[in-house]
Amino acid sequence: MKTLKDASIGETVRVVRLLGVGGVKRRIMDMGINRGVEVRVRKVAPLGDPIEVTVRGYELSLRRADAEQIEVE
Amino acid sequence: MEQSYKIALAGNPNSGKTTLYNRLTGSNQFVGNWPGVTVEKKEGTLKRHTDTVVVDLPGVYSLSPYTPEEVVARNFLVGERPDAILNIVDGTNLERNLYLTTQLMELGIPVVVAINMMDAVEKSGDKLDTKLLGEKLGCPVVEISALKGKGVAEAADAAWNAAKEGKTVPPLLLQARIEEVLNQIEETALAGIPAAEKRWYAVKLFERDEQVRAMGGFSPEVLARVERLIQEMEEAFDDDAESIISSERYDGIGRLLADCYRKTRTGKLSVSDKIDRVVTNRWLGLPIFALVMFLVYFLSMVTVGQVATDFVNDGLFGDGWHLFGIGSNAYEEAQEEYSYASAVLDGYETYIEENGSAPAESFLYAVEDEETLAVTYETATLQDYEEALAILARYEEEPDPAAYGVWVPGIPALVGRGLEAANAAPWLSGLLCDGVIAGVGAVLGFVPQMFVLFLLLAILEACGYMSRIAFILDRVFRKFGLSGKSFIPMLIGVGCGVPGIMASRTIENDRDRRMTVMTTTFIPCGAKVPFIAMIAGAVFGGSPWVATSAYFIGMAAVVVSGILLKKTKMFAGEPAPFVMELPAYRMPGVVNTLRSMWERGWSFIKKAGTIILLSTVVVWFFTYFGVVDDSFRMLEESELDSSLLAAVGSIFAWIFKPLGWGTWQAAVASLTGLVAKENIVGTMGILYGATGDVYGALGAAFNGVTGFSFLVFNLLCAPCFAAIGAIKREMNSPKWTWFAIGYQCAFAYTIALMINQFGRIFIGGIQPVGLVAAVALFGGLLYLLLRPHKKVRVPKEKEQVTEG
Repeated sequence: MKTLKDASIGETVRVVRLLGVGGVKRRIMDMGINRGVEVRVRKVAPLGDPIEVTVRGYELSLRRADAEQIEVE
Repeated sequence: MEQSYKIALAGNPNSGKTTLYNRLTGSNQFVGNWPGVTVEKKEGTLKRHTDTVVVDLPGVYSLSPYTPEEVVARNFLVGERPDAILNIVDGTNLERNLYLTTQLMELGIPVVVAINMMDAVEKSGDKLDTKLLGEKLGCPVVEISALKGKGVAEAADAAWNAAKEGKTVPPLLLQARIEEVLNQIEETALAGIPAAEKRWYAVKLFERDEQVRAMGGFSPEVLARVERLIQEMEEAFDDDAESIISSERYDGIGRLLADCYRKTRTGKLSVSDKIDRVVTNRWLGLPIFALVMFLVYFLSMVTVGQVATDFVNDGLFGDGWHLFGIGSNAYEEAQEEYSYASAVLDGYETYIEENGSAPAESFLYAVEDEETLAVTYETATLQDYEEALAILARYEEEPDPAAYGVWVPGIPALVGRGLEAANAAPWLSGLLCDGVIAGVGAVLGFVPQMFVLFLLLAILEACGYMSRIAFILDRVFRKFGLSGKSFIPMLIGVGCGVPGIMASRTIENDRDRRMTVMTTTFIPCGAKVPFIAMIAGAVFGGSPWVATSAYFIGMAAVVVSGILLKKTKMFAGEPAPFVMELPAYRMPGVVNTLRSMWERGWSFIKKAGTIILLSTVVVWFFTYFGVVDDSFRMLEESELDSSLLAAVGSIFAWIFKPLGWGTWQAAVASLTGLVAKENIVGTMGILYGATGDVYGALGAAFNGVTGFSFLVFNLLCAPCFAAIGAIKREMNSPKWTWFAIGYQCAFAYTIALMINQFGRIFIGGIQPVGLVAAVALFGGLLYLLLRPHKKVRVPKEKEQVTEG
């Protein structure tokens, strides 16, 4: 099982499902990361975390720990 | 007569909401806070329809029940039901912005959609058919450019009309299967709810929204039936209810935009992308960040801000100033020369007094540092003495600033002169000059610095770099419960805690902001520096390690408090999701930037000013009144030991016994530190200055351990009244303000106690009870630091509701 955390910079992946529960998961969905959407990993912050992705035409940053909750293919 | 309406302005963060709000209302605004949270609430009247109130909701992405901002927005919409919602939508980011729109449309309140940044959309070559979008959404859609003011009048009129007509909007339809279930929920559970609001409650029940389930008064049987419907759907979709709704909304938006939105993929990097490539670059990111921070600090605290603040403190609310600065340098030179000559002369006379004869060759003279009261001795020759005599002969008396350039006396001098002329009682002129005017000066003294800082912060926020700061620093700061954006308050706190606390405005998250406000003043501010220098000089022989350790202790206090507090009940609950939009870089608008600066500065004067003024007056009274020879009267500065303050100090001195400095002098000095931390030096100067050698007296009164304990306590305890006022303004709640102050004092006490008690092991004089207490506190602190963070377990059926 691959998660968004494993995707490398520049890679475009498709979201399969979201793991986890509660507020963080809801926020991730509210920001437009849902089943089937394409996400491109843009870059990693200078200190190695968080990461920046492009989703639905805008830039979003999320922590690696949260990216691990997003199953992708 | 026109009826009055209430319109809510809703939209995503970074959608230009504030800009539109300012355009809509002009200067008719009232800024406050939403109840219970530190989130700002703005209300104003429409420029074009002055009887219509516009309420600016916090910028949110959704109406989920998880963040304080979202809870505030939805409680307002559901609870107060405005007559219309004006929804601002960023045209360059339609999908995600319309996601909120789909939720607003379900509330049964008329909605008007204003598509912002249409000029940018057109420039990019994308095509958006707003007319068709309006038909599909079933609500008015207006094209605007908030920055340029285009279409704002039309948007205001449309919102006003919508409020007048009261025509609600049909919700965006989701997949047929889900619509069916939502209908079933409406029939089963929502019979008593007005037709227009049914949809909202049906969706929320489907999402298992705790807040709605709790307030609706649904019977367990009804909820069980709804639960069965939800579970059927969850099985059919192989996903949980919240995810189904969220996905469905985005799918619906996709269908909607398929017809009326054409995106031209140029494949070229936008300007914003190019900037971002450099600015948050893996290698350049940190150096650029350091440079930006240096500029912010340099401009607001060192150069522009400091100059302006010095002018207000020393000129306007001090002795006075030279018009256009002409004559200042000449006066300072003269003053310097004169004091040097006087010091040499004094040294000569002292020598004669001590030795009974004039010095044969050279003698020592004393130079006192104004700020820290440190005295150093220099050698002068007889020739120096002759020269000094000549200088003094030239001046006859101390140089008068008025003799150099055009001298404008400061307000205290002016008022003092006026009162003298009017023969006012000394207590009255004392109250006015040392109490009230000094208090007003204490408030306004921070303002220039603050305005410069707020201007820079507004620019950083508007251009999009502030989000990148959080992006760059998140990894470091989240470890102790702070946001990456907490860095700026802490950095500014090195200069002054008051603007530092106010700088926490830029942190969106309520919890992060409170944590930042509570810990910012642990960082030693500029006013604590003379005090640190005094202790270092008097007790530690001027060791530079004292000042260095003060900064490290401040930083350690922030880190320890962050880790400790984030596990307490006050800060418990789910951590703030760091799923943050990185908005495109934009050129900041001049008007909005200035406006943001003004609003923040003014809110400090208004909200923090009263408490600062009041406490300054109270402390003035306690300092300058007291009982001497059985009569209560006003005192001279040198009679501080007879003051009410000294009495209060004696009452409380025992509290500090376990810290190693339970004398009334030390207690009083700490108390006057509340007015301004640099006052500690002045107070100590008076209380320990009877022999004429302040540093000597201090060195005798404190040893290394007690001196350090005294230093650390005063560094970490409650900040000055100005900072307390800022904390009160930012916390927006008496409970939180007291919690912050109480925590700071308790923390300071604990650390100082441990320093003294553990220190005694090495220098002798162990106090058994105190040592046991210190060991217990140390153990407690370690436990609090190391205990695992209790994860909030969220059962699948019952979602956790975080309320502000």
